[in-house]
This record gives sequence, C-alpha cells and structure tokens, in this order.
Amino acid sequence: MGIEVNGKVLETDEEGYLANLNEWEPEVATAMAKDEDVELTDSHWEVINFLREYYEEYQIAPAVRVLTKAIGKKLGKEKGNSKYLYELFPYGPGKQACKYAGLPKPTGCV
Amino acid sequence: MSETKKLMYVNRKAPYGTIYAWESLEVVLIGAAFEQDVSVAFVDDGVYQLCKDQDTTGLGIKNFSATYKALGDYDVNKLYIEKESLEARGLTLDDLMPLVYEDEDDDWAEKDSIKVVSSQEMAELFEQSDVLFNF
Repeated sequence: MGIEVNGKVLETDEEGYLANLNEWEPEVATAMAKDEDVELTDSHWEVINFLREYYEEYQIAPAVRVLTKAIGKKLGKEKGNSKYLYELFPYGPGKQACKYAGLPKPTGCV
Repeated sequence: MSETKKLMYVNRKAPYGTIYAWESLEVVLIGAAFEQDVSVAFVDDGVYQLCKDQDTTGLGIKNFSATYKALGDYDVNKLYIEKESLEARGLTLDDLMPLVYEDEDDDWAEKDSIKVVSSQEMAELFEQSDVLFNF
C-alpha cells in the first residue's frame, strides 16, 4: 500500500500508517485526511504537531489517556478532554491523529 | 476484575543486543492502562537500561532510552534500582537519567521516580508483589 504525496508514492502499512516516519511532510496529513473526508483545521494541526513533538522527545506515540492529559497541560484545559479530541478525530485521537502525524500506531492501541 | 494487583516488572538485561528491554518497556506502557499498582525493577545488567547519553548510531537500531522519561506520564513512578548491581558495574545514580513524575496529590510537585535499594530490600519488594514479570 502507499499514499501519493507531491508526486511521490510513500509506503504505508496495511492500516495506512506511514512506513517511514522521516518521509512525513504536512501534505501527508492533508492527503490522508482527504481520503477520510476530513478537512484539517488549525485545531487538528495543533494536535498533529503536538504528537510529532511528543514522538521526537519520547520516541513513542502516547496512549490516549496520556495524550489527553498532556494536551490539557500544553494547549489549555478546555482542550484536554476526550470529547474535544474525539470531535476532531472521530476515529480515535490516538489512531487517527497519529496516522496523520506519520507516527506508528500508539503503544497500547489494538 | 476490579481488584488492584501489585505488578513487578523485573529487568535483568542490557538495553540492546536482545529485545527484552524494549519488550518489557512496551508491556509496562500497555499494562499501565489497566490501572494496576506497577513497579519496575532494574537488576544485574538491567541497570544499563537507565544510563544517560545512550547512543545507538553504531548499532543501527532505535535508541529508545528517551521512552523511559514517558513512564511518569503513564503513572509508572516506582522504579527500583539494585544498589549492588550498580556498584558491581562502577555506576552511581549520577550515571542514570533523572526520571521524574508529577505527584497529583501534592499539587503536581515533580518527584524522583528512581529509588536505589539494596538486594535485601529488593527481595522484600519481590516478596510483596502479586505478580512478577521477568525480562
């Protein structure tokens, strides 16, 4: 499987996660979102960028519970709850947002 | 299954060369979701897992040492290092990464997760656990 971005085909796994983290660019997220009929807003990007920073620092994609807590701390309490995050990413903030961010599936996610 | 069990994960091997250390860390992180009483022990070569400034470029494998810093976020904040194992390898607490967590019951004060214990104390901790996982 793969996803076409800027004229290149990037390899993905069977669930659509990017095979190589380093190939990520913002257009990857846009293309993945388009496939799922999602229009990315600034609020989506906030979470996507947060996840990329988290991965950079800890080398893992956080579990939803940890993500929710950390978002609340970084972006404000009104955003640190699962309702807000599920509204942005109805397929699950862990799975869907991590995919758009080019990260592997969160550790602890089945 | 509502009762809380005391789980103890025991790490005995160096971080790279075998998959044990990484597998253990993943199991700890996954298990953290079940809200059990989790402790992690580092004995023998396992103490190397927490060493500072790990560099895997020569090995060509992922350096996952940064992931130990996420344990606090997962509410895993009881990390026990065996004193004798550290000493036998010429290491002290200063050679290890500082790992901290924020204590919810103490106005989110930052506290150390790592505790150095003697092998006698470690044996008692094992004794008090409901389940031991050996890696």
